Formats: sequence, structure tokens, C-alpha cells
Amino acid sequence: MLPDTDNAPGFHNPSGAVAAPVFEIDSVTKVYLQGEVEVHALRGVSLELSKGDFVVLLGQSGSGKSTLLNIMGGLDTPTEGRVLYAGRDIGEFSERELTFYRRENVGFVFQFYNLIPSLTARENVALVTEVALDPMTPEDALALVGLTERLDHFPSQLSGGEQQRVAIARAIAKQPDVLLCDEPTGALDVETGVAVLEAIDRVNRDLGTTTAVITHNAVISDMAHRVITLSDGRIARVQENEKRLPPSDLKW
Amino acid sequence: MKTLNRKLLRDLYGMRGQALAVAAVLACGIAVFVMSMSTMVSIRSAKESYYSAYRFADIFVLLKRAPNRLVERVREIEGVSAADHRVIQALTLDMPGMNEPATGRIISLPETERGGLNALYLRAGRWPEVEREGEIAVSETFALAHGIQPGDRIKATLRGRLRDFTVVGIALSPEYLIQTEPGAFFPDDKRFGVFWIRHRQLEAASDMEGAFNDLTLRLGRGAMPEEVIRQLDRLLEPYGSTGAYTRDDHYSARFVEDELKQLRTMATIPPAIFLGVAAFLLNISFRRMLVLQREQIATLKAFGYTNGEVALHYCKLVAVIVLIGGIGGCLLGSWMGKGNTEVYGEFIHFPFTEYLFDLRIYLIAIVLSLGAGALGVSGGLNATIKLVPAEAMRPEPPAKYRSAAFEKTAWYASLTQTTRMVLREIYRRPLRAFLMSLGVAFSCGILIIGNFGKDAIYYLIDFQYGLAERDDARIQFVEALSYPAIYELDAIEGVIRAEPFRAVPVKMIKGPREERLSVIGMAEGGELYRLLDENEQVIPVRGDGLILSTVVADLLQVSVGDEVEVHILEGERRKVRVKVSGLVAEFSGMSSYMNLEALGRLLGEGRSVSGAYLSLDSDQAESVFVALKQRPRVAGVSLKQATMKGFMDSIAENILRMRLFNVGFAITIAIGVIYSGARISFSERGRDLATLRVIGFTRGEVSRMLLGELAIVTLVGIPVGFAIGYGLCLWMSVAMSSDLFRIPFVLNLSSYGFAGVVILMASVVSGLIIQQKVKHLNLVSALKVRD
Repeated sequence: MLPDTDNAPGFHNPSGAVAAPVFEIDSVTKVYLQGEVEVHALRGVSLELSKGDFVVLLGQSGSGKSTLLNIMGGLDTPTEGRVLYAGRDIGEFSERELTFYRRENVGFVFQFYNLIPSLTARENVALVTEVALDPMTPEDALALVGLTERLDHFPSQLSGGEQQRVAIARAIAKQPDVLLCDEPTGALDVETGVAVLEAIDRVNRDLGTTTAVITHNAVISDMAHRVITLSDGRIARVQENEKRLPPSDLKW
Repeated sequence: MKTLNRKLLRDLYGMRGQALAVAAVLACGIAVFVMSMSTMVSIRSAKESYYSAYRFADIFVLLKRAPNRLVERVREIEGVSAADHRVIQALTLDMPGMNEPATGRIISLPETERGGLNALYLRAGRWPEVEREGEIAVSETFALAHGIQPGDRIKATLRGRLRDFTVVGIALSPEYLIQTEPGAFFPDDKRFGVFWIRHRQLEAASDMEGAFNDLTLRLGRGAMPEEVIRQLDRLLEPYGSTGAYTRDDHYSARFVEDELKQLRTMATIPPAIFLGVAAFLLNISFRRMLVLQREQIATLKAFGYTNGEVALHYCKLVAVIVLIGGIGGCLLGSWMGKGNTEVYGEFIHFPFTEYLFDLRIYLIAIVLSLGAGALGVSGGLNATIKLVPAEAMRPEPPAKYRSAAFEKTAWYASLTQTTRMVLREIYRRPLRAFLMSLGVAFSCGILIIGNFGKDAIYYLIDFQYGLAERDDARIQFVEALSYPAIYELDAIEGVIRAEPFRAVPVKMIKGPREERLSVIGMAEGGELYRLLDENEQVIPVRGDGLILSTVVADLLQVSVGDEVEVHILEGERRKVRVKVSGLVAEFSGMSSYMNLEALGRLLGEGRSVSGAYLSLDSDQAESVFVALKQRPRVAGVSLKQATMKGFMDSIAENILRMRLFNVGFAITIAIGVIYSGARISFSERGRDLATLRVIGFTRGEVSRMLLGELAIVTLVGIPVGFAIGYGLCLWMSVAMSSDLFRIPFVLNLSSYGFAGVVILMASVVSGLIIQQKVKHLNLVSALKVRD
């Protein structure tokens, strides 16, 4: 029997400071139709994330972790329950408000990088900084992920790991409050995976960006404040790490 | 059904928008092809069976008067298989309800109906009887125009005597498929009719007993027309022959041949353009589909399907699309061809026009469709089929892009990233962008052609009947009269001005080329019929030179300053050499002009006149017509209004009707090209667009980026289309012009404007459809699936 999320323990603020939660997720249910079949992707998930939190979401395929991430990112809306971001219910947002929520507050990193092939590394980042409110420069963002040498390369001229680091630079250049990563190392080998995770880790530590990372790879859990395991649309387990390991020390 | 075929149908359904766009463009081309070819085949078959069953003559001779016994000598000429002699006279008719006189030709009929040349088809009533005085048959068009039935009576002046005729039959003749008054260019069914009467009666009525003034011949197999004509001319010259001529110079026959030639032109170039565009659309859609189906292809091959089977599967898909277009085009083309044949039947007077379903045309149409399909799949298929399954299973690497040299400029640095995306997309695949623009340009050009017909016709009317010919009526005398006849006309109450002309039939020769036409002598400083050059400037009629219409100059290949040999075909039949002193812009007819006095000197006669141009006081026009009717020396009156109507009813109507089709087809192409292009861009870049949406770009921003490419392609295509349209119209004006008729090259600004606006609208509509797709872009799945 899986524990009910209502009984999940409250989370402390890892940085120790008293801060209002960035996300308050309250009894969120998501049902969608896949063809003619009703799929219960989330069944009453509750969760709070504070500024600077680094959370890893673990779970099998179909456990609901991607759905949860999509809802937090404003790509999807809950069927029931509320998702408060900085006190505002994003479930109530209009399509346009959702777009601007994503534009201003959220940074995304995807498994397949999703870079625009016709733009160089610098331009892929500039794509975001041009429309953001208070961005860093594309060069700074790329420096943060260690790509100063590859500014004017097109995606087709970059390795997978480099492409993913460009994607991270693109996600953090706007200085988002939240960084959401869906299997960021899923398509990478170990070595490049570590480089990518280091970039994510640095963003979280240096900029205090609230970070959620979806992964199949339980090893990554060790670099998080908290590890949330989802199963069948519910939170099955929450584990808090006393000590976060740097990515280079992760045991693969 | 085999599973692979089921997949084919579902794939087809999935790409139905693009498939329809391709099929529609293809259908347009096939439709024009089938329409033109089937009309041509129908008209040609009607013509050929009519000519052969009713023994249409091969050689024609007009002469003054020759004794009947001469016919035997004509029959002895080698190559002549039959010869018929006839009497033909001009008639002036007083038709009820018409103030101006109508004119006609009355032609003698042999005493029996069997075996004669140019036999009549009797539509109603019976044949005129030999013994019954005054029985005639009337041409069907004239009968229809006046509501004449067998049994009706007609009053007409023949050789200066008013006579009563009884209509007993309504008939058609292979000589008058196009029924025009001699010298006129367009049919005027109300004012010109053809009549037939028994030979002996016409002989008697026109003092031609034992003689004839018209001879028609049929040639045997292998006969040499030139040789027969040479012998005929030698034999008949003393009898006032104006020279024998073949069907090539027979007005009606030549007119029909010209129409057939135009149809052949219509059946080649426009379909070629349409099919080319369809093949291009198919090619880009097909390549895109293969890319999208990489994994499916790999799966099929992994399961053991051979390369051939996979290739066949995709070829079948294309075959279904082109067959839908091809069969649709055949149906549409048949329907249009049937209508077209009926319209031709209204001014080319066959006893029957049957629309023929010639299976060969449809077979060619299907082969053409499949050919366009083959062009469409060429290139794309081979590379994909050769993929190793494992390789195809892996996602394609990111598309390769490079920076272009101009990206170093400050201008480029100021562009947003989204603009750069648009620009790089274009110069990464410049050929495709170029072809897309070319597709847009062609539809723009075809739209311009659609309006070109209208522009040209209205310009022609304005030029010919507004600027050049400014008379209200034109009088033709029975024969040439001395100059004072003009003063007599001038004196009629209601005639404001009368200007004389003298028309002389001639043969004009330059090197190996010769043409039969009229030289028209005109008074210097005439106001009612002005000769204009291509810049609408008046050419003065003075000096001894000839002024040729541009049509004649082209046929003879002469220019100003050249000398031509002129054989005058009447009077002393002089042969002279005359210098060409000017070229007059004319769009129809075979005419040349000279100063009246100079022509008189050439003929060796004083100032004589064949007729006059009149300007009339419009209030008194009717009394003028009444007065003219009473003058036996007036053979006919033609009215400008009627001439214009004749023109509008025949050629103009046809051209204006084609305009509708052209505009319809051009819009189809424009939408086909632009929609397909936008649709493909969308499917190729769906992932990029979804990514942009996810990272916070609004729908509007994403759509603008997608549509930016479309906009550039369209905006580049439009001016290129203007140039293509200009060229196509120039080509059309040459290709559609015949010996007898020339289409002026005129394009109004509004036609460019219309084309531009339609293209823009097609883009906007395509853009809106695509924008709907952006709205339904699935953000979540775009992030997961790599396509």
C-alpha cells in the first residue's frame, strides 16, 4: 500500500532561510484521454517547492512524473486540484498567461535538447534573452555551462552533450525562478552526462534557481535535496538527502 | 485488402490537404489538355466528315464570265477529278424590321442534287424546284436571325431588279462554315445571308445564259495544286479570273483551320505549365513524407519487405494522387470540352457537331498524369529506400546549417533570432525556396494571362473601332463608280460626311511568298477611316507607296522600303512593282492601303470609287438607310455596331470565356502551391515551433515566424510572376494570333494588380489555415518525439 500524499511529510527549506514556497501543489489529479482510454496520470499529488530546492523525480514510465513536470511548467493544466506558483493558481491561467508564465519564470531542458537547428549556440540562447525581462547575456549563459569556445557553432556541429549544455544555457539565460529538466541526460553517455549535470548543479547553487529533474537514473538522486518517487500517479516515497554530492562524485 | 494497402489509404487520408492540392493543380492541366484536344478532335472530325461527305471543293476560281464549254477543258487538266461551274450574284435584301439593307450572295444549284461539289445540307423544307420560278434555299444562320421559315417570301434586288423569292428550304454549305460577307471580317448573321437557286433561273436572271462566273474543283489523289492552279490561271485569265486559290485562301476554311491551330496551342503550353507545377508540388510533398516515414520504412525493411516492395508501396501512393487528379481533370475537361464544342458550333456552322469521346486523348491524359507523378517521386525515393534499417531507425541528425557571408554585416546583427531562422531556412535550401517562389510566380503569371484576353479585346475594340474606324456605316457599290457618286451620297439628308474608297483585289508577291488581298485606295486627310501605327499615330495616305497592315507585312516578310510585286486582279490586270511606304497596325483582315489617286494611276483609270465611309446624324440614320435602299447601285451597307457585335460574338466571346477558366485555374494553382509550401514548412518545423511555444513564445510570434518564409516566398514570387505573366502574354499574343487575326499585346496595370491581390489572398488563406494548426500544436509530444 502506497502512502497517501496527504500524509507526506512537510518539507523543510534546505537553504535554511524562511521563504514562501515557490510551488504549492495541492491534491492534483490529471486524467486525460489517450485515444478512447481514460488515463489517470496523477491521482492526488501534493507537494511544496521552495526557492533553491533541487528535487529529483524518479519513477517508472507512466508513473506521472512527466505529467507533473508539464503541469508545473504550464504546458498542461490539472484536472482537479490546484498548483500555486508564487501564490497564483496557474490552473486558472489563460492560454496567453500560461505562455508568459513560461516565458518569464520557467526554464526547460529536454531529453532531446530541442535546439533550433538553424540557429547557432549563441543565437539559440539569444532567442530567449530577446524576449525575457531580465536576462543575462547569451555569452554569460554559455560561459556558465562552459561553452565559451563554441558560441558560433550550429547544433549539427556540436556533440550531444554540448547541445544539451546549450539547451541549459538557453533555459537559464532568462534567470528563471524554476528550472525544469526532463531526462536531461537520457540521450547522453556517462561522461557528457556528468558535464551536463554539473551545469545544472551550478545554476541551482549559484543562482538559487528552484530545480526539478526527471530521471530514470537513480544515481542522480544523490545530488538533490530531495528525491520524490512517483508510482502509478501517486507519490510513493520522499527521501531527503543529508548531504548533496557533486555530480563528479556520483557513482554510475 | 493487404495491410500495406490499408496503410497507403490511411497515409493518403493523413496527407489529404496536400494530396488534394497536388491533385487539383494536376487536374487543371489535364482539364485544359482534354478540353482543347477533345474540342479540336470534335471540330476537326465534324469538319472532315462534312467536307468529304458534302464534297467541299479543293480549288476555287472567281471570274467575270466564261462559256460553259470551258468546263470540259478544265476537267481535262491533270489532277482535276471534278469541276462544277456556277453563277454567283450579289443580292440586296429588304428585310422587314431592318432599315438598312441586308446583303447576300445567291448561288446557283445544279439541276440535280447528286454528285455536285459543295453540296448543301438541307436542314428544313425541301430543295428549290427547277420548274418553279423564284424558289430559293436560305442559309440557316440568316434564317435564324430573321425567323425565316420555309414558305416565307423575301424581296431582294438582283442585278438592279427587285424580285420576289419564296423560301422553300433552310440549308448549310461546307463553303460557309463561317458565314461572312466578302471583305468583311466577322460574321453578321442579320445583314449577310447566302441563298441558293436553280442554275437555269439564276442564269436567266443575271444574263449569264450558257456562261458561269464561279468554278470549283476537286483534285484527285496525288494532284499538284500549284500545277493545277497554274494551268487554270492560264486558261481562265481571258475570262476575268481573279486567280484560282486553294482552301488555304478560302476564308471559311482558313478561319476553321486557324481555330484548330489555336486549340492545339491551348492543348500544349498551358497543360505543360500546370503539370510542371503539379510535379514540383508532388516532389516536395513526397520527399517530406519519406522523411517523416523513415522509421516506418526501416520497420518494413526490418520485417523483411524488399526494397522493391517498399518502393512500390510509395509509388502506389503517388499513383493514387495523380490518378485522382488525372481522372478529375479528364471529367472536368470533358465537361468543358463539351461546352466548348457547343460554343464553336454556334459560330462554325456544321450540320451536326458531335462531341467526341476519343479514348486516345484520355489515355494520353492518364499517361501525362503518371508522368507528372514519376517526375514527382524522382530523386526522393531512391535515397530513402537504400537506407539500412538500423540507420533509418535512428533519428536524423540535426539539419546542417551554415552562416552566409552577409551575416557579418551590421544589418544582419540587428535582426532578431526568429528572422534569422526564416532567412537561414531559405538559404539552406535555396533551390526549394526558388522553386516555391517560381510556383507562386507561375500562378501569378497565369492570373495575368487570364486578364490579358480581356485587356487585349477591349484595347482592340477601342483601337480599331474607336480610333481607326470612325465611320457609322460603310457603303459598298455594286461595281466601281466614277468619283461623283460620292457627292450623291453626301447630298443625302442625314449624311454628315462621306469619304470614298476604292477596293481592288490583288495578288501580292514577295519572293516565294504570295497573298491574295485587297488594296484600298483612300483619300488623303480622311477622317472616318484613319490608318494608325502601333503608337496610335495617324499615317498619312500620300505618295505612291503601299501601306501594309502589319499582318500582311509579316506574312510576306516585307518591311518599309521593300518593293512588292502586285498583280491587279481586275480591269487591265496590270502587274506592277510598288514600294512599301508604311505599316499600319491592324489586328484583323488582310488589307493594304494606298492613296486613292495613286491607286487610280496604278489601275490606269481615273478617280473611281468602290464605296464610301459615312458618318451619320444619329437622329436621321434611319432615313439615310431608307434612302440608300432605293439606290440600286448600293450593294450593301455595313454598320460599325453590327461589325463589333459580330466580333464580340465570335472570337471575343471565346477569349473572354477562356479567361474565366484561366482565372479559376490560376487561383487553384496559387492556393495549391502556397498551401503545400506552408504545410510542408509546418510539418518540417513542427518540433522547432513547439519548442518555441514551450519556452514562452506566443502563438502569434510562432505563426509569424512560420509565415515569414511564406511571406518572403510570396513577395519574391509576385514581381517575378509579373515578369512571367508579361512573357506568357507576349507569347500568347503571338501563339494565339492567326493569319487572319492578331491579338494585340496589351496589359493593363489593373491586371497586374488583380493577380497580385489574388496571390496575396491565397497566401493569407493558406496562412490562416496553418495558423489553425499552430493553435493545435501538441506541445508535450513535440518535446518527446524526434521527427
